Amino acid sequence: MRRFNPAMMVVWSFLIVTTIISLFPMYWLFTNALTPIQGTPPLTPILIPAFSFENFERLLTGTKHYTNWMINSLTVAFAVTLWHIFFDTLAGYAFAKKKFPLNNVLFWMILSTLMIPIHVTFIPLYIIIREMGLLDTLWALILPGTANVFGIFLMRQYIQTLPSELEDAARIDGCSEFGVFWHVIAPLCQPAIAALAIFTFVRNWNDFLWPVIALNKAQNYTLTVGVANLQNEFMTDWGIIFSGAALAALPMIVFFLLFQRYFLEGVRMGAIKG
Amino acid sequence: MRRFFQKHGWSYLFILPSMTTFIVFVFIPVVWAFIISFQKYSLRSGGRWMDPFYANYETAFTQFGGIFITAIQNTVVYSFFTVTANIFLGLILSSLIQPLSHSLRTFFRAAYYLPAVTSALIIGMTWSFIYNAQWGFANYLLRLLGLPLVRWISDPDIALASVTASAILTIPATAVVLYSAAMGSIPTEYYEAAELDGANGIQKWWHITVPLIKSTTLYLVVLYSIASFEVFERIYIMVPSGVGNSTQTIVTQIYNNGFKDLNFGVGAAQAFVLFVMIAIIAAFQFRFLQSDVEY
Repeated sequence: MRRFNPAMMVVWSFLIVTTIISLFPMYWLFTNALTPIQGTPPLTPILIPAFSFENFERLLTGTKHYTNWMINSLTVAFAVTLWHIFFDTLAGYAFAKKKFPLNNVLFWMILSTLMIPIHVTFIPLYIIIREMGLLDTLWALILPGTANVFGIFLMRQYIQTLPSELEDAARIDGCSEFGVFWHVIAPLCQPAIAALAIFTFVRNWNDFLWPVIALNKAQNYTLTVGVANLQNEFMTDWGIIFSGAALAALPMIVFFLLFQRYFLEGVRMGAIKG
Repeated sequence: MRRFFQKHGWSYLFILPSMTTFIVFVFIPVVWAFIISFQKYSLRSGGRWMDPFYANYETAFTQFGGIFITAIQNTVVYSFFTVTANIFLGLILSSLIQPLSHSLRTFFRAAYYLPAVTSALIIGMTWSFIYNAQWGFANYLLRLLGLPLVRWISDPDIALASVTASAILTIPATAVVLYSAAMGSIPTEYYEAAELDGANGIQKWWHITVPLIKSTTLYLVVLYSIASFEVFERIYIMVPSGVGNSTQTIVTQIYNNGFKDLNFGVGAAQAFVLFVMIAIIAAFQFRFLQSDVEY
């Protein structure tokens, strides 16, 4: 038996209370979503879920486009992530290991935009995307999504720490420049690529302001935009709103629980904010 | 020429795709936004220079009785409380979980981090449920305590405070993770030496831990300041009407001007005001928090 220690009691209660505060909003969202609610929720909050999927059924039948929104969000997040893990690694490699005219100028150009609020770009971006005839299509999200430069910066920092001897050995063995990248550099970058992939996927899945601006028709919405509009559309049917929000949050939560280690590693590498 | 391409061709090829999208969708828009901020721009007839050239900036601050100034004040108030609370809470939580066993530390870090993976929009929406005047959890607690109910996000006098409270009560997950990592890398000899000198736990924390993680503090302060100056989703979803102007922020103003009123010039001008404010704040923070400790 350990001696009763009041200081430790305070510490533990603080940790437990903050854990509850941290998890409660999401928990309550899910208990509400899993309890049949038509109309207004009860005045006594539902704290134990009924594990009924009635709200979800009404969500999928009542909203015409919920599955479209999911597919749209997935498409955008996947496409942008694929782009970044390949091309950011490629560019990061060039900036980290190659000396070529203008390399520093170009890299500083990239770096200097990291601090600029993304909102600055939205008005011209809207005009450009409109000129390209891509407003209200998923391209309107994918193309600007590929322009995020954080990954180049992250991959450059990571690749700089890799020894150059392996590359030289591969070159002597007759590897082409792309071969060196593909067979030597890329495999060594896996931890950084994992962090970058998670960061990019989550960021694009959760993105809201630009999609609200660029998308117009309900069937083209991404999940965040669609869910934000549920409140206007189903004002009084809270069951649909709860389940819509819960189902939009669920994939990222599952994703996090599965790849927790990589998430927290990514935060440490500076890749993921939250 | 041929030799130049033989030597550098690959390098340029490697950066070409990234540089292309960067230039088209970031670099050109930034420069163009700066130009538009001095223009009257319409989708049909393009841009015409304003006279005087700063007219959009003047309009930005004076339109609708100076609502943008209110928005800046709201943003500053929101940011000040959010950033301060986030940093303190992050520091305290990571200090408290540091002595725990590895698996407990992992558990708490995950519990604090979990909500951060969902979008700001969904978190804001969930808080709007908690704040619902009729069936929300916040008023349920007040009812339990026999206190008068509050219209958390529809009362203009307290809507901003409610939104700020929701941001403060969202555990600063990044701070906990980064502080934990920083604390883990402090050499244990420092603490052993302090123990020999008879320092207690709190003295060790204040004189060793806190100064040695100062560079992490700087990074987090800048990170959280930028994020809270750009607050949008939370407000958009919790207080769609803005209840009077009590919860207008800089980005909601940019959104309203740029994409509701299609007043591109003024929206662009306000975006640059945001940019300049963020740059100034970051510069100040670097000056005052720059770490001179190396170990």
